[in-house]
Amino acid sequence: MSPNTDPSPAVEPESKAESRAESESAPIVRFRAVSKAFGDVHVMREVDLDIPAGQKVAIIGPSGSGKTTLLRLLMTLEKPDSGTIEVEGELLGLRRVDGRLVPDNPRHLRSVRSKITMVFQHFNLFPHMTALQNVTEAPIHVLGLPRAEAEERAVALLGQVGLAAKAGSYPRELSGGQRQRVAIARALAMRPKIMLFDEVTSALDPELVGEVLRVLRDLAHQSGMTMLIVTHEMRFAADVSDRVIFMDKGLIVEDDRPDKIFTAPSHERTKTFLRAIIER
Amino acid sequence: MRFDLDYAAEITPLLLRATITTFEATIGGMALALIVGLLIAIVRIAAPPPIARLAGIYVEFVRSTPLLIQLFFLFYVLPRYGVSTTPLVTGILALGLHYSSYTAEVYRAGIRGVPTGQWEAAIALNFSLSRTWTRIILPQAIPPIIPPLGNYLVAMFKDTPLLATITVSELLGTALSEAGRTYRYFEPLTIVGLIFLLLSYPSAILIKRLERRLVTQH
Repeated sequence: MSPNTDPSPAVEPESKAESRAESESAPIVRFRAVSKAFGDVHVMREVDLDIPAGQKVAIIGPSGSGKTTLLRLLMTLEKPDSGTIEVEGELLGLRRVDGRLVPDNPRHLRSVRSKITMVFQHFNLFPHMTALQNVTEAPIHVLGLPRAEAEERAVALLGQVGLAAKAGSYPRELSGGQRQRVAIARALAMRPKIMLFDEVTSALDPELVGEVLRVLRDLAHQSGMTMLIVTHEMRFAADVSDRVIFMDKGLIVEDDRPDKIFTAPSHERTKTFLRAIIER
Repeated sequence: MRFDLDYAAEITPLLLRATITTFEATIGGMALALIVGLLIAIVRIAAPPPIARLAGIYVEFVRSTPLLIQLFFLFYVLPRYGVSTTPLVTGILALGLHYSSYTAEVYRAGIRGVPTGQWEAAIALNFSLSRTWTRIILPQAIPPIIPPLGNYLVAMFKDTPLLATITVSELLGTALSEAGRTYRYFEPLTIVGLIFLLLSYPSAILIKRLERRLVTQH
C-alpha cells in the first residue's frame, strides 16, 4: 500500500467527466477564467477547470499548448495574468481584501501550497545531497519532522520506488530513471493531496521510461491522491487516468473519459494530434 | 650598500610580531568582506528593485574609488561624527567594506550559477524563502566560488600595508618606523617583502589546487 494515507475519498470509477458538474462536493482544484501570456504568446486563455478530489487527470496536447503552464500555475511557479485558482476552496496566491484581490502573504500562500507538490521533467534533485537526504530534507525543514522519523519514512518511500539500495548515492551517481524515481519519492514524502507530473519521462532515455511509468502506474492505482499528469505517453495516459484533457493554443479543446478521447475524439484537432502522435 | 645579516636577525622578531597585526587585519577584513558581500549579493538578487539598485550603486561606488582614499576617509571623517575606534579597527572596516564590493559580485555569480530548477524544486517542496537560501541555494552556490574568494583573500593580505598610512603597526608600518630610527631601509623592507612572499605564494598554490579539485568534482 502507498504510505500516502490521503484522507480524501477516492472518486468512484463511474462518476468521471459527465457527473463532474453536478458533483456536490467542491472540487479540490478550481480554475476560473485563468489567462497567462508570455509576451505575445497566449498559453492560457480564460481557462475554467474543476478537478474533484482523487481524480487522475492526464493532460495532453502539442508543445506550447499550455499544458505545462497549467501545472506551473497551480504550483505557483507562475502567476496568472488574470483569473483565479482555488485549492480546496481557498484562493491560491491571492487574498480578497474589501472585495479586491491582492497578492497573498507568504505564510498563507505556503499553507495553501502545502497540499500540492510537483515532479519535474528534469528531476531537479538537490545535487549536494544523497538520495536519502533529498527525500528527508523537506520533511525535516518544512514539515518539522524529527530526523529519525523522516529517515524511516524516506527509506520506506525509496523502497516503494525500488531504490532502497541507492539511499546513500548522490544524484550524479544515478541513472535518469533512478533520479526521477528519487524525485517521486521526495515529492511523496510531503504527503501531498495533489501531485503534479510535468512530462516526467520526456528527458529519459527510451529504455528508462518503463521503470518510471511503472512507479507512476502503481501510485495512480493505489493512492487516493489527486494527480495531474502532463504526458506524451498516450498508452500510459489511457491506462492510469480517469479523465483526459486535450489542450491546444491555451484552450481546453476536449475534456472526456480516456476511452472516449482515445477511441472516438469529437474534435478535429484532437484527432489530428492523436494521429500524429500514434504515427510517430 | 651591504645586506647586514646581524641587523636583519636583530629586527626579525619585531617584524614577525608585526605579522600578527597584519594577520588580524586580513582575517578581520576578510570576515567582514565575506559577510557584507553575501548580504549585498542577496539584496541585489532578491530584494525589491529600488533596494537592489541601491546595493548595485554601492558596489559600483566602492569599486570605483581607491582603497587608500576610503581608508583616509574613514580614518579622518568617522571620528568627526563621534565614531572613534582604534586605527586597526578602522583599517579592518575599510578593507572589509572595500573588498565586500568584489566578494558581492563573486557571490552573485555563484548564486546565478544555481539552476532555476533548484528554486522551483524548493517551491514545489514548499520551502520557506530563508530555508531555500540556507539549505538549497547557498550550499550549491558557494563551493564553486571558494577559489575566487581565496584570491581576494590573498589580494587583501597584500593590501594591508596601506594601513601603515593610518598609523597601524602592521608589517610595513613597523618596518618603516624601525628604518626611521636607524636610517637603514634595505634590511627591514627586504624582510617584509620576504614575509609577504612566503605567505602569499603558498596560499596562491593552495587555491589553485583547490580550484582544480572543485573542477574535477563538477
